[in-house]
Parts: sequence; structure tokens; C-alpha cells
Amino acid sequence: MGELSEPGELISYELSVNGEVREVTDAWFGESLLYVLRERLGLWGSKNACEQGECGSCSVLLDGRLECACMVLAAGAIDSDIVTVEGLSPGGGELSDIQEAFVKEGAVQCGFCTPGLIVSVHDLFEHNPTPTDLEVREAISGNLCRCTGYGRILAAVRAVEIARRP
Amino acid sequence: MPVLVPTSLDGVFDALASLPGAEMIAGGTDFMVEVNYARRRPRAIVSLRGVRELKGWRREGGDVVLGAGLSYAELMRPELSVLLPGLSQAARTVGSPQIRNAGTLGGNLGTASPAGDTLPVLSALDAKVVIGRSGGRRELSVAQLIVGPKRSCLQEGEVIVEIRLPAGLGSQEFLKVGTRNAMVIAVANAALVVDWVGRSVRCALGSVGPVILRASAAEEFAATAIDWDERRLRGGERDLEQFSALVREAARPIDDHRSTARYRCHAAGVCARRALERVLAKRAGDRAEEVPWES
Ligand SMILES: Cc1cc2nc3c(=O)[nH]c(=O)nc-3n(C[C@H](O)[C@H](O)[C@H](O)COP(=O)(O)OP(=O)(O)OC[C@H]3O[C@@H](n4cnc5c(N)ncnc54)[C@H](O)[C@@H]3O)c2cc1C
Repeated sequence: MGELSEPGELISYELSVNGEVREVTDAWFGESLLYVLRERLGLWGSKNACEQGECGSCSVLLDGRLECACMVLAAGAIDSDIVTVEGLSPGGGELSDIQEAFVKEGAVQCGFCTPGLIVSVHDLFEHNPTPTDLEVREAISGNLCRCTGYGRILAAVRAVEIARRP
Repeated sequence: MPVLVPTSLDGVFDALASLPGAEMIAGGTDFMVEVNYARRRPRAIVSLRGVRELKGWRREGGDVVLGAGLSYAELMRPELSVLLPGLSQAARTVGSPQIRNAGTLGGNLGTASPAGDTLPVLSALDAKVVIGRSGGRRELSVAQLIVGPKRSCLQEGEVIVEIRLPAGLGSQEFLKVGTRNAMVIAVANAALVVDWVGRSVRCALGSVGPVILRASAAEEFAATAIDWDERRLRGGERDLEQFSALVREAARPIDDHRSTARYRCHAAGVCARRALERVLAKRAGDRAEEVPWES
């Protein structure tokens, strides 16, 4: 195997994305999950900005854990359940209550960071239905937004928390 | 296949043997940055994510043995934060929730950055890092494993398997200075352990030298300055300042885009001093409620 030094080696494998088995064919083995989702599987919800785990725009759930898809080796995720922002809405073009709240509260400006934030906020509520303001800030500390100044985002998260109270 | 995803440690050794020159990936939070930016072109990759021996932790006598695959999020959980409070604090300061879910203790050691946030804690606790290879094991201290900036003495075919630490040793603190509370590489960080039974003080510094440094003179001074029965400093403020000065002297930082050497020395001194103050205040039982994100 001494001659694998060129990044030429192409492989094929299957991933479980949003409950479906998806085939990846003839892909370079070092591709990130973000690249594969966007460029090979046509799932453009996860955004590509920094490719170094800093901005959170590509946040996905990997076996229920919030991670940056750009930091995941796609070919290493063959045994994982991957959920992207596309997998979080009820389907049929409808919005989840979190997405709805982002729209209503003006938390979406240019919109680039929004999908990542939706996944992070979804993950927050999975683990903590009644987050304090500090807990919300910590939960979204890995998602950068250059437009809103975060005020409207925090308001949207609070609106979801209030609406979900029993 | 140039990518293998073994589920056992023996599977990792076999995979490494079958793919000469293969590199290992755990959480990917250092590895993939380099691959994405074409600074690293692996010939083949062995993923450690599914390896059962690297997951979880156990108690063994007075020790805690942590799997190298434990994530920061796992190190922050309540049980480990009681047994290893300093390590848990350090884990809390790493990156963001996304990074803490993916990044692992073994990866922090593997990268061997002078800024690795768990490393001062491991150093101050005199951690034993267990390295495995096909048919053998060896145990190294952090100082033996990490030989230079981003350089470890791991040989081809060797895997960091687990890390052995004393459970609930004395009082522990970890502090870090950076430009923001989240997502920041340390300008300086420090871990302090005060062992009330052994009457010793250990202080390790990160980001202020090519490798993690132990501030030995400061440690020895503090051990003589503490009144171990009263659990306070005999010389009060003067002793704190002397301790801080000895820590600054132990630092050997450089200027870079993140900070100046001068500020790094200052920050290391402040971190260590504040850590000692906190440890002593905690013992006196009058420690004020902390702001949760302050470190
Ligand atoms: C946005 C961002 C923020 C960050 N913030 C911080 C921070 O605040 N503090 C900090 O210390 N670090 C930080 N990091 C760096 C990184 O998250 C840590 O160093 C982390 O511990 C790496 O672990 P990993 O499992 O992701 O390692 P990987 O990236 O998978 O691997 C890192 C290296 O270790 C080797 N390796 C991994 N596991 C083993 C093993 N078991 N045996 C032998 N070698 C192994 C790999 O071959 C590779 O060379 C940050 C990274 C990002 C992207």
C-alpha cells in the first residue's frame, strides 16, 4: 500500500442521514461530512463557512450529539445516525416551532447562521426544556452570527421555551 | 480501504499494521482542520470513534482510569467533576458545545499543543498515560510523552489507550486566560493541586513554553508558606505575591499573534495566584458563589 500518497484514492460507502440510507460513491476518503452532505448528497441546509469548527453553521446531530459536520470524517461516520437541519422540520415544507419562532422574532437576517443555530437550539431543548438565559448563551456559544447581535436569537429561544410550557 | 473503523483495540492495532503510515482520528477537531485546509494529507486513516476500550472510565483502588476516547462533555459530567474537579473545569473551558461533544482527552494529548487545556491538569496530577501497541504497553508521564510543541514520542503503531489519575486528590483549580469565554485558545492557563494529606502543592502552566511547565520553585515555596493545620498562608498577601512572582519566573513564553511573552508571564502569574487564593478560600468555607462561566 506504499503508493497511496496522492489524495487520489476514491471509496464508496453508505451513511444514515435523516433516517435514510444514502450512498456515497467514488469519494476521496478524507472528505468531511459537511462536504459530503452538501456536494454529494444535495443537503444544502448545513452551511459551509469556516471549515474549522469555529462558526457552527454546519452543526448536525451525530448519534444525538451536536457536532460540527466539518470536523467529522464522513467515511468514519458509517456507523452513526446523522440528523441535519433538513431532518428537524416536520416535513411538507412546514417549519418546526423553533424555526417559526426565529422567523417571528426577527432572529433571521442574512440567514446564513440560521440552520446551525436551529440545530443547536433543538439540541438545547432536547436536554434542557427550561434553560436559563446563561444556559441559552452557552448552548449557542459555538454558533457565530454577524448580523443580529444575538438579541433577537435569544428572544426567539425564550419564545419557544414559553410556548412549550405545559 | 484507506479508511478503517475498528471497534476494538486489537482491531486498531491490526488496522495500523495493515495500512502502513495510516493516521488516527478520534473526535477530528484538530485532525479535520488540517485535512480541510490541506495541511495534512493522510495516506490512510484509522478512526478511533467506535473503539470500545477507549470509551468510558473506571475506578481502580484510589485511581480513576479514563479512556482516551472520553469527550470533554463526558469529563464535565457530575461524577467525574467530583473525582477530577480540575480536569472537569478545564474541559468546561474548551471550545464550544460542538467541540466538547467531539473532542477527546486522547486527542488533546495526541496533538500535544502547549495550549492544550487538559494538559496542565494532567501534569499537576502526575497522570500516567498508558500507551498500547500490538502485544505491549508502556506508561509515560505527560512530560515524557510530549517532547516539544505539537511533538509527542508516540511511535508508529502506538495508541494512547487510557490515562490514570488519583481520584479526588486535595483541592484543584484550573484557570485560563483568553479573549473570550467560549471558543478560545489559551493565552495562558494554569492548574493547581493542593494535597492536604501529602502536604504538597503542584502547579502546572500551559501556553507559556514549548511544553507544559511545572513551576517547581513556586510549588516548593507554597508548600512551606502554607500553615497546613490552619490551612492558610502564614504571610498572607505577601506570600501570594511571592508565589505569583515565582510562577512568572517559571514561564518561558514567546510572542505570537495571540499574545506577547510579557503578557503571558503576567497572565500565568495571575492565574496561579488566583487558583491558590480560591483553593484556600474554599478550605476556609467562605467561597462566594461563582459566576458559572468564569474560569
Ligand atoms: C473550534 C475549536 C476550538 C477548540 N478549542 C480548544 C480549547 O479551548 N482548548 C483545547 O485544548 N483545544 C481546543 N481545540 C483543539 C481540539 O479540540 C482538542 O485538542 C481536542 O482534544 C482534540 O481531540 P480530538 O479527539 O478531536 O482529536 P483528533 O483531531 O481526532 O486528533 C488529534 C491528534 O491526536 C491523535 N490522536 C487522537 N486520539 C489518539 C489516541 N487515542 N492515541 C494516539 N493518538 C491519538 C490524532 O492522530 C491526531 O494527530 C479546539 C478545536 C477547535 C476546532
